[in-house]
Amino acid sequence: MTQTTIDVLKIREDFPILNREVNGKPLVYLDNAATSQTPIQVINAIVDYYSNYNANIHRGVHALSQEATDKYEAAREKIRAHYNASESKEIIFTSGTTHSINLVANGFSSLLNKGDEVLVTAMEHHSNIVPWQMLCERTGAHLKVIPMNLDGVLVMDAYHDLLSDKTKLVFCNHVSNALGTVNPIAEIIEAAHSVGAAVLVDGAQAAPHIKADFQRLDVDFYTVSAHKICGPTGVGMLYGKKEWLQKLPPYQGGGEMIAEVTFEKTTYADLPHKFEAGTPNICGGIAFGAALDYMNSIGFDNIANYEAELLTYATKQLLTIEGLKIYGIAKEKTGVISFNIEGVHPYDIGTILDKLGIAVRTGHHCAQPIMDFFKIPGTVRASFSFYNTKEEIDSLVSGVKRAAQMLL
Amino acid sequence: MNIKEIQEEIIDEFSMFDDWMQRYEYMIELGKSLPLIEDNYKTDDNIIKGCQSKVWVHAELDSDKLVFTADSDAIITKGIIAILIRVFSNQRPSDIIAADTEFIDEIGLKEHLSPTRANGLVSMIKQLKLYAIAYQTQLS
Repeated sequence: MTQTTIDVLKIREDFPILNREVNGKPLVYLDNAATSQTPIQVINAIVDYYSNYNANIHRGVHALSQEATDKYEAAREKIRAHYNASESKEIIFTSGTTHSINLVANGFSSLLNKGDEVLVTAMEHHSNIVPWQMLCERTGAHLKVIPMNLDGVLVMDAYHDLLSDKTKLVFCNHVSNALGTVNPIAEIIEAAHSVGAAVLVDGAQAAPHIKADFQRLDVDFYTVSAHKICGPTGVGMLYGKKEWLQKLPPYQGGGEMIAEVTFEKTTYADLPHKFEAGTPNICGGIAFGAALDYMNSIGFDNIANYEAELLTYATKQLLTIEGLKIYGIAKEKTGVISFNIEGVHPYDIGTILDKLGIAVRTGHHCAQPIMDFFKIPGTVRASFSFYNTKEEIDSLVSGVKRAAQMLL
Repeated sequence: MNIKEIQEEIIDEFSMFDDWMQRYEYMIELGKSLPLIEDNYKTDDNIIKGCQSKVWVHAELDSDKLVFTADSDAIITKGIIAILIRVFSNQRPSDIIAADTEFIDEIGLKEHLSPTRANGLVSMIKQLKLYAIAYQTQLS
């Protein structure tokens, strides 16, 4: 492992919320897979927008509108550059990953036929299952599931067997939110393309840890939510290859997305505006760009190395607790640990940890099929970010021990 | 004892605890010690789905009083259920309908009854009251 070049104590100064107390204890925030915290640089971008140049964008003749438009479009370009998309019009601003996925699923309603097949993995978030089920109901296509093994790793042989000329779409997350598994998306994309299927990768959980290269991956669609990468909630993006985005019909009608409107017929605007009906989350888009700037100032390699250190340390420490079982033990994994203690309901552990100021998530993590697969009601999930410390992991471990003592 | 008296008694008991740890330990004990519901009543029909912990409730009329039994798969939830059962079981439906649950706040467990808390307890209280309304109709 390369040397950590992160000064975590200095980084923590950027996050005002990390100074607060919860239930009289210093906050230990380990729910980063649900949402990341916001650094002052991003908060300042939001304040700056509303303090200095809040205006509706595109086609405004006045200075504020132009300034807001320029900053919003500059954010789009930042996102393009970050992910190495070939053109910024391939970046569609959305309200987040769920919106992005629904946009694509809706678009494919007119492109799928009865008997076509779409594949999803066994470790998807509900937001990457339900829209496709709805799509299949509308079109008569079949939804098939790429299985995983007990380590929480996709069974790639089964995936290759499922692919056929009937396969039109493959959906998979880059990183599983419940297990932290990093999926082999390059292999998944290449194999799908060999049978002419398109691939949508849900990048919500990968975005804070891995910088995806869209052109190199040759991915057809990729989705990100800004709030997972130190940005605000309610904004995200859909990347789509130009050819695909041109093929898909608009998702919502309204202002911004039109070229010409008469009561007889409306022609649609070019990309990306075709998919951006109505006044967008302008401030959110700009703050999304600021969040990427912030993350890049730390460096994704540094982030990945440091989080790997935290993951290794936390895994080792947690496994010293009697009866503790970790779900998802893939070799390729981000800073997520889903666990249970034998004989204890995850909700009870989460409740005690909360009393100790430690924020984790408990439950099925919007991935019920995974919990059914492991035959458990849910797990406790601790998820780490680059601003977490080993001391915080020590607090987690002692908190879990204390909870186990109380509950068993 | 009527509902109000039982609630006062519980508030007294909890006032002896100095901190949250003792309160929770007590609740966990309550949760562990009580056989709350017959297994044959732990059916899907009797389940109240919270987001995370399951709660089962069963109601039976014993002359003019309503007897509740309940259970949960999470122990802290079960502890709070034990408290609720102690308050509401063996009471007349009209009293159950009229009762409030402010004592939960006074014993420092308010957070568990927030409507957004995903533990099914708010739905459980609602269900107890619905049972009371149903049996009240039957009685009158």
